[in-house]
Amino acid sequence: MKTTTDNSGDVRLTQIGKRYGAFTAVHPLDLTVPEGSFFALLGASGCGKTTTLRMIAGLEEPSQGAVHLGDQDVTHLPPYKRPVNTVFQSYALFPHLDIFENVAFGLRRRGIKSVKKQVEEMLDLVQLGEQARKKPHQLSGGQQQRVAVARALINHPKVLLLDEPLGALDLKLRRQMQLELKRIQTEVGITFVHVTHDQEEAMTMADTVAVMNAGRVEQLGSPTDLYENPRTTFVANFLGTSNFIEADVDFKTGDEIALNAGGGKLFLPVARCSAPAASGGKVLVGVRPEKISLTHADDAGEIPEGRNRITGRIADSSFIGVSTQYVIDSPVCSGFEVYAQNVDRDPRLTPGAEVVLHWNPAHTFGLDAAQDADAGVESVEEDAA
Amino acid sequence: MSAATEAPPPLAPTAPEKKPPRKRGRLTPYWLLLPGILWLVVFFALPLVYQASTSVQTGSLEQGYKVTWHFATYWDALSEYWPQFLRSVLYAASATILCLLLGYPLAYLIAFRAGRWRNLIMILVIAPFFTSFLIRTLAWKTILADGGPVVGALNTLHLLDVTNWLGWTAGDRVLATPLAVVCGLTYNFLPFMILPLYTSLERIDGRLHEAAGDLYARPWTTFRKVTFPLSMPGVVSGTLLTFIPAAGDYVNADLLGSTDTRMVGNVIQSQFLRILDYPTAAALSFILMAAILAMVTVYIRRSGTEDLV
Repeated sequence: MKTTTDNSGDVRLTQIGKRYGAFTAVHPLDLTVPEGSFFALLGASGCGKTTTLRMIAGLEEPSQGAVHLGDQDVTHLPPYKRPVNTVFQSYALFPHLDIFENVAFGLRRRGIKSVKKQVEEMLDLVQLGEQARKKPHQLSGGQQQRVAVARALINHPKVLLLDEPLGALDLKLRRQMQLELKRIQTEVGITFVHVTHDQEEAMTMADTVAVMNAGRVEQLGSPTDLYENPRTTFVANFLGTSNFIEADVDFKTGDEIALNAGGGKLFLPVARCSAPAASGGKVLVGVRPEKISLTHADDAGEIPEGRNRITGRIADSSFIGVSTQYVIDSPVCSGFEVYAQNVDRDPRLTPGAEVVLHWNPAHTFGLDAAQDADAGVESVEEDAA
Repeated sequence: MSAATEAPPPLAPTAPEKKPPRKRGRLTPYWLLLPGILWLVVFFALPLVYQASTSVQTGSLEQGYKVTWHFATYWDALSEYWPQFLRSVLYAASATILCLLLGYPLAYLIAFRAGRWRNLIMILVIAPFFTSFLIRTLAWKTILADGGPVVGALNTLHLLDVTNWLGWTAGDRVLATPLAVVCGLTYNFLPFMILPLYTSLERIDGRLHEAAGDLYARPWTTFRKVTFPLSMPGVVSGTLLTFIPAAGDYVNADLLGSTDTRMVGNVIQSQFLRILDYPTAAALSFILMAAILAMVTVYIRRSGTEDLV
């Protein structure tokens, strides 16, 4: 279908940065979004993700660096000359125009006369054919959101930019729209760059996620990669929950690192340790709450050999249907979180019970100990509030 | 059984307590409306009725006026003074258009570009109100005086020939010409145009401009297709606030004009205060009111502002 072979839907940011006086909103960063991919910029508010998006759209002039769309340098082009369209936060639909004219706006500006067929097709794609003659304020939030998507997509942009498009919707509708957007993206095959502070949203929708923090890209990768192999505590805490144990490096065998944590032995695959682990040094050992199994201390002998284990006492447990969430106090780490599927629950596992926590060493990841183990925790809560 | 007999007492004391405030509550809106309604009746409705009865009286000052249902006064007034009516509408319309042309860019500047100067410029717009209307109009007499700076500038630019040809000025004069009256009207009513325009421009979400730009609209197209349509409520109320008082004005025509630029306001004023022909003056007032109402109704219908929230 494409007439060009030059990956014209690639977005390449080269050393792009934005400063407002003394404040640096975005530190110079390099980023390549491959054509046809669903790319998410994830971070807490004020991390520079929206500024980055606005620089791609041309709504913000970068202080340095260049923006390329395919081979075209668009750094200094005004927004109306860029083959890029934006779905704005809270939509910015034109209140004086009906839905049809809102969607037709971009086509008309480019001098296309017969817009009727295209607009109707686009409204059908977002399932709003019936609402064409209504004004935006007569539609619900979810419908307005779809109009905003249709209004941008109808122009066949090389890149569609989405600025927190689902932020104003309630939870249920948001889930529905996530799937809807993903479907549309697969259908039209346009590069989507999506800005969000919702880690679940980013992980469900995007092929590639860039986690941003304080104007920098903290880590970039596929959702699974980011979740399983976080390279900083910020990423580990921002995407889901992580438990951290500070441990001393004991020795290194071929592909495993042996660690010492409060007298207990832990093993960590070398490949999953992003910190330089020299003997005698320190490493932050991380493990996700759902990877851990709980066994009552009385049955400790039944735990298979070769698993990482630590002991503790259940401080709190909350039953949430599919799983039970435990908080466990252990000498090496207070407030250890464990999520256990509700299959064959051991009735002895109540607050106060002595337990052994154990997990497959392959599920352990190691991080540089010289960072705040709680980085990224507060920012998640801030946005949830 | 005992439960059933015990149940009513707690209800009994609460019920009578609740009722009176509810009754008072229902009447409260009307009490609050009362001062406004009284004001309207005393200062608007009654004078209007009195005026209406005056307009159908006949008689003379010496013998007194009596209601004779002499509707011919209306016809006589209209056939004698239609040029002044026409002139009023023409001058007021010209002043309104000039106000819009001058006021819109200024309101736009204050709303979108002024930044921290916004309040200062707003004060400057309103500042002339601190001086008397009369003094400001008299000042224009000096500005437009023969041999004054305006006449000099127009002469140098040979614009006076153009305005003479158009009939806006006569000879080497600006004062005592239609141009002077329209200038005075424009100047005096400009703030009434700027303020509503500013209010409606200021309410426009800045992201709509970004969205238009994002959808391939150049700045000028954005203005034509988004900003201006959204500012229509301000345009309509601004033009009404300018046109209506300007059409009935007589001070500007009196101070800056001549006998050839008399507007209907001047006629009414002289009928009431100099010739003392009250029926004719009252009839003229009613015709003016009806004409303005008719024009405004058509205008509002045509502009379709009820669609704009």
